Amino acid sequence: MSGVAPYEMRTSEKRLVLWFIGIGFAHLAVGILMGLLQGLQHAGIDLYRVVPLVRHYYQGLSIHGVFNVLVFTTYFIAGFLLFVTGYGLGRPLPGLRLGWVTFWVMTAGLVLVDWALLANKASVLFTSYAPLQAHPAYYVGLVLVVVGTWLLLVIMTQAYLAWRRENPGRRTPLITFGALATIFMWGLASVGIAVQFVGLLIPWSLGLLPGVDPLLSRTLFWFTGHPIVYFWLLPAYISWYFMLPRQVGGRLFSEPLARLAFLLFIPLSLPVGFHHQYLDPGVSVGYKAIHGLLTFAVFMPSMLTAFTVLASVETGGRARGGRGWLGWIGRLPWQDPSVTAQLLAMVLFAFGGISGLVNASFTVNLVVHNTLFVPGHFHLTVGTAVALTFMGVTYWLVPHLTGRRLWSRKAALWQAWLWFFGMTLMSRGMVWAGMLGAPRRTALGSAPYFQPEWTDPLRLAAFGGVLLTVSGVLFFVNLVGTLWGAPRGVTTEVPVAEPVEEGRAMPAFLDRFTPWVTVTAVLVAAAYLPTLYRLFAEMRLTVPGLRPY
Amino acid sequence: MHTHPLERFWIYLSAGLLVVFAFAVAFSSLVLGIEIPGIEDQAVPAAAAGEYPPNQGWIRELAPGRYEVNMMTRVWTFDPGEIRVPRGSTVTFYLHSADLLHGFRIQGTTVSLMAIPGQVGKVTYTFTTPGEYPFVCHEYCGVGHHLMSGRVIVEGN
Ligand code: HEM
Ligand SMILES: [Cu+2]
Ligand SMILES: [Cu+2]
Repeated sequence: MSGVAPYEMRTSEKRLVLWFIGIGFAHLAVGILMGLLQGLQHAGIDLYRVVPLVRHYYQGLSIHGVFNVLVFTTYFIAGFLLFVTGYGLGRPLPGLRLGWVTFWVMTAGLVLVDWALLANKASVLFTSYAPLQAHPAYYVGLVLVVVGTWLLLVIMTQAYLAWRRENPGRRTPLITFGALATIFMWGLASVGIAVQFVGLLIPWSLGLLPGVDPLLSRTLFWFTGHPIVYFWLLPAYISWYFMLPRQVGGRLFSEPLARLAFLLFIPLSLPVGFHHQYLDPGVSVGYKAIHGLLTFAVFMPSMLTAFTVLASVETGGRARGGRGWLGWIGRLPWQDPSVTAQLLAMVLFAFGGISGLVNASFTVNLVVHNTLFVPGHFHLTVGTAVALTFMGVTYWLVPHLTGRRLWSRKAALWQAWLWFFGMTLMSRGMVWAGMLGAPRRTALGSAPYFQPEWTDPLRLAAFGGVLLTVSGVLFFVNLVGTLWGAPRGVTTEVPVAEPVEEGRAMPAFLDRFTPWVTVTAVLVAAAYLPTLYRLFAEMRLTVPGLRPY
Repeated sequence: MHTHPLERFWIYLSAGLLVVFAFAVAFSSLVLGIEIPGIEDQAVPAAAAGEYPPNQGWIRELAPGRYEVNMMTRVWTFDPGEIRVPRGSTVTFYLHSADLLHGFRIQGTTVSLMAIPGQVGKVTYTFTTPGEYPFVCHEYCGVGHHLMSGRVIVEGN
């Protein structure tokens, strides 16, 4: 059996999970406020002088990027992965003390990061491209957050090995399996920024190195910078594959293909970073082409996901009496905000995937590189597929953890639909402005070269941003209400889906990680070593840092 | 491993689509000749010296209708900030950065490159339509980033 028997986590474990999630969302709240300011600035409404929180557009944008995609994601994921690992294995986590150590290491780092950003000492945007230089506290803080994720890896591995000893011959429960694939992939992926931050950026910002090699630094960043998006996405996939089917009254369509998709992400997420560097001189065209092809390959497990998840959701709609080609869609439990949020997240993710293919396409990329097309793309992926799914998960997870009812189901439904429409408009506006050449990461409202044809798309995007902000407010009010105001003594089920064909025979390599980690190492070596070797051999630590912000 | 027939169809369809896209990309690159930068061009412009030092901005005419531009970027200017060429001119840009990462994108063209300190980017473009082509920095480079721009003026005859 690959299913999961109901199990209650210990209260102390639940508290740890809640703290991770809570701190993550607190940062998202600030991040969203910054997003609103950006959108309005593009449409000619400059609130930076009115809102005393940040000094200028780029400080706000640094906060928006770091809080939303580095802090919120990592904290939510840490809590969620711990939860599904413990719950899936049905046993206490062996290293609970280590769990709290992890929390405090990450949070000590987070305090440094927050301080540097809010004091305008790290307005370098979330990519931290050298030779733009931030205060050392910012780099040290981010490293501590990454160290926290490694501790998480240790805890999860310990729990998994203990479970395997206790349950010889059993298949790893699916939700835990997904969590392990996610964290193993991340363990490999994080090597790039670890080398970059510890080897280059920290000593350089402390004045211990005379300068930095910008291309090397950037290349190491993108070694991690692409796979990190799968670190955000795979936890959402855990919910879509292994939990959502249960929420809609259905079953997982195909267990072997679900496992295969997760496993494929381990080798395929990594050797693709050059697709962020297509326009960098100093990286060979041949290797860019190889990374471009592999980027197409990593599209395959996402296509598998589209099929399996949709087919699984369909089993639910049919079980609830849906007939015909599309009749099952109306029968899905749309009155459940957790379901609605996740289904809408999937719809927009489809467009996120399509726009991603444009970015990935080597030559087509030329037209959209560093334009607003790119944020138009990733607000659909990380900004919706991930963020809206995490919100949907929160609608059952926080009630489960606190034993309280969701404060307002109605507000939650409004929240999901507003996010969907708001993001559709904002993303459409951004993609449109981007195709007309509007650069990203730019205070366009103050740019002397502002083109008149950018006005309409940017207004559309700003309007979408306002809807999104309202959606965000609804979410946070509901979260606070659930944590402190809603009635207690309510049990909320943890949704865990069973496969359609229980216990079907399956090749052993679909329940093992070592072969996949080995393949990854070989593939990454082939895709990266020649370039990294050359860059290290030619390394010149000569370019001084600059803090023009 | 057993798979559902529809699922198998979907897998083949997805893979087929990706193969088509890959061919389209290869075609645009190999046949249409749309360039992206590599390591092959890490040299400064041929025989640049004297009046045309490699570490300064300049424009020079190689032959009628053939130009070379040495483009220096630094916070928050392009040097040269204005480039005048007759219509039909083919211009090769060499892109340098004196301080931070910058970007170089000429609106309405396929010219787009990153400027990275220590690297030289190269791109060639033929301006067939007269008019004004603004170029902008498209990589964040500090509080004045949105001020960093210039223009190519293609003069008609
Ligand atoms: C109210 C909701 C939101 C609004 C109005 C908003 C608005 C914006 C705008 C206008 C930009 C472009 C800024 C520029 O390139 O100059 C941007 C960038 C960005 N947004 Fe959002 N956003 C929102 C939510 C989110 C969410 C939920 C996430 C991710 C979880 C996210 C992640 C990002 C990232 C990573 C960037 C790029 C930052 C950079 O270029 O350094 N945003 N956002
Ligand atoms: Cu990527
Ligand atoms: Cu700039």
